[in-house]
Amino acid sequence: MASFQGKKINPKHFHISQLKFYIILLPFAVFMVLPIIYIFTTAFKPADELFKFPPSFFVKNPTWDNYKALFELMAGTSVPASRYLFNSIVVTVLTVIISILLAVSAGYVLSKKNFKGRNMLFEINTLALMFVPIAVSIPRFIITVKLGLVDRFVANILPIIAMPIGVFLLKQFVDQIPDPLIEAAKMDGAGEWTILFKVIIPMVRPALATVAILSFQSAWGNVEASTLYINNESLKTFAYYITTFSSGGSSTITQGITAASALIMFLPNLIIFICMQSKVMDTMAHSGIK
Amino acid sequence: MAEAVKRKSKREDLPSRRELKTKSKIGGKRSGFTTALLIAPYILSFVVFIVLPVVIAIGLSFTDFNSINSPHFVGFANYIRLLTSDQEFMQKVLPNTIKFALIAGPTGYLLSFLLAWMLAQIPKLPRTILALLIYSPSLTAGVAMQVVWTTIFSGDPNGYLNAILLKWGVISEAVQWLQSEQYLMPIMIIVTVWSSMGVGFLAMLSGILNIDPELYEAAYMDGMKNRFQEIWYVTLPSMKPQLLFGAVMAVVNTFQAGAIGVQLSGSNPTPNYAGQLMVNHIEDYGYIRYEMGYAAAISVVLLLLIYLLSKIIRAILTEKD
Repeated sequence: MASFQGKKINPKHFHISQLKFYIILLPFAVFMVLPIIYIFTTAFKPADELFKFPPSFFVKNPTWDNYKALFELMAGTSVPASRYLFNSIVVTVLTVIISILLAVSAGYVLSKKNFKGRNMLFEINTLALMFVPIAVSIPRFIITVKLGLVDRFVANILPIIAMPIGVFLLKQFVDQIPDPLIEAAKMDGAGEWTILFKVIIPMVRPALATVAILSFQSAWGNVEASTLYINNESLKTFAYYITTFSSGGSSTITQGITAASALIMFLPNLIIFICMQSKVMDTMAHSGIK
Repeated sequence: MAEAVKRKSKREDLPSRRELKTKSKIGGKRSGFTTALLIAPYILSFVVFIVLPVVIAIGLSFTDFNSINSPHFVGFANYIRLLTSDQEFMQKVLPNTIKFALIAGPTGYLLSFLLAWMLAQIPKLPRTILALLIYSPSLTAGVAMQVVWTTIFSGDPNGYLNAILLKWGVISEAVQWLQSEQYLMPIMIIVTVWSSMGVGFLAMLSGILNIDPELYEAAYMDGMKNRFQEIWYVTLPSMKPQLLFGAVMAVVNTFQAGAIGVQLSGSNPTPNYAGQLMVNHIEDYGYIRYEMGYAAAISVVLLLLIYLLSKIIRAILTEKD
């Protein structure tokens, strides 16, 4: 009994025996964030520091020059950087809203409704967790062409609104809601839509937050649509815009601008995750595949 | 329109109220229409952009299609060509893909578990901060990170790695890391593992934290002696669902990350096919050579590979129940 160590999981306070974990975790965490810190420092480096040899990791005289350059680069033309950024924001907001609505209603139906083929549908959806869009990008392209979505703004949105992982997580979460609660709402005369919006959605907020984050990430970083489906520059997104100046190699001049835009890509992801991290952890407790 | 549907479904629900007491399941036949309406948008988008692409890939893989003329049926010709006469595929692309998947996937997965397990041993505040730091690389979009890696591994002496190694005297002249047959693959693996502590990692961390402490207590009473036994007999079996979820995410991330070789080296095919994976081979044939039928056959083989892999993982992780 003296050797009982189970309480060591999720401890409340620091104990000397935890030191070994810090010794491994701390350097590892530092190693993991180094490339990210590099984006931060490079984004604010003035030109002379970008050119310096040997290169320095940290920035001495931080400036906003790279951001100015980024937004002035194309300012004169019909499609300035701000246009790409604006497109990205609209695409991302719409994708997040639509995909969580689709996922929560499908999750609700798959969890609480009894109909033939329900389990099969959920099985197919679980199988689709393994779906790798990049593997079938050609058929996806053909479908987009056939649907007449080429050079339409919605081509940025429609192909990524179906999120098997979102439906999967939400179904698991709706499972936690007791049936009598929904029955009670029914007794009070609530219709399906009222139940969905007034009972289900308020109770699965953590899962919704998680799915929103995942959807945000896939929409915000998506280049598939802008590269393949859209030729009209004014409809393309910011993630695509970055590829246009980074694909020409890493000349030192574009390095600062690319880092500045990489930071624009990364920061929203980070901020949203920090705000919602406790909800995400809550959801992940129910993420298991049985 | 939503208002109208809402009112309609309300009206429809009224008679079914009486039936509710006798019915154990929620919603009777009458709510069937609304149910269908609720799930239809998801199913529609799921079928059109996930199921249909797979079906079309399978269909196209039996044809010769250059995206201008309509496809014509060629039977198994594409598969036969892929397996018998595509030298790059058999000698470079397939072995590369398998090597990449077998190293990057399990490494990222094991690391996710070990880090999650260690994080579970420390108090909440430091755990949250460290977990965030470890998770943050997975938040970076592939495109955005390209600049970082191309600078770090840049071939001129000014590149970070070259500058450091030159200074330390490890190398005598700058190495073309990203154009090198020898180094491109290891770099791809490092970059992929670096960003692989994502959703699966969070799921495993959460799984470990949610294990009932009494299980450990009971196991120690039964004579369990050390922490390795603790992991093997209590932790792992108690979090199998999260382990499976994490494994599926690892497989997806590994194959999704496959394009990185082309991004890093800046060319498709990569120099001497060094880091060329199946995903790149598909794009090479599909978008560069416009041999869509042949590209589709590669897609089908890739999908089968992913499916097979996940079957194996599932069999391993659900075995002992």
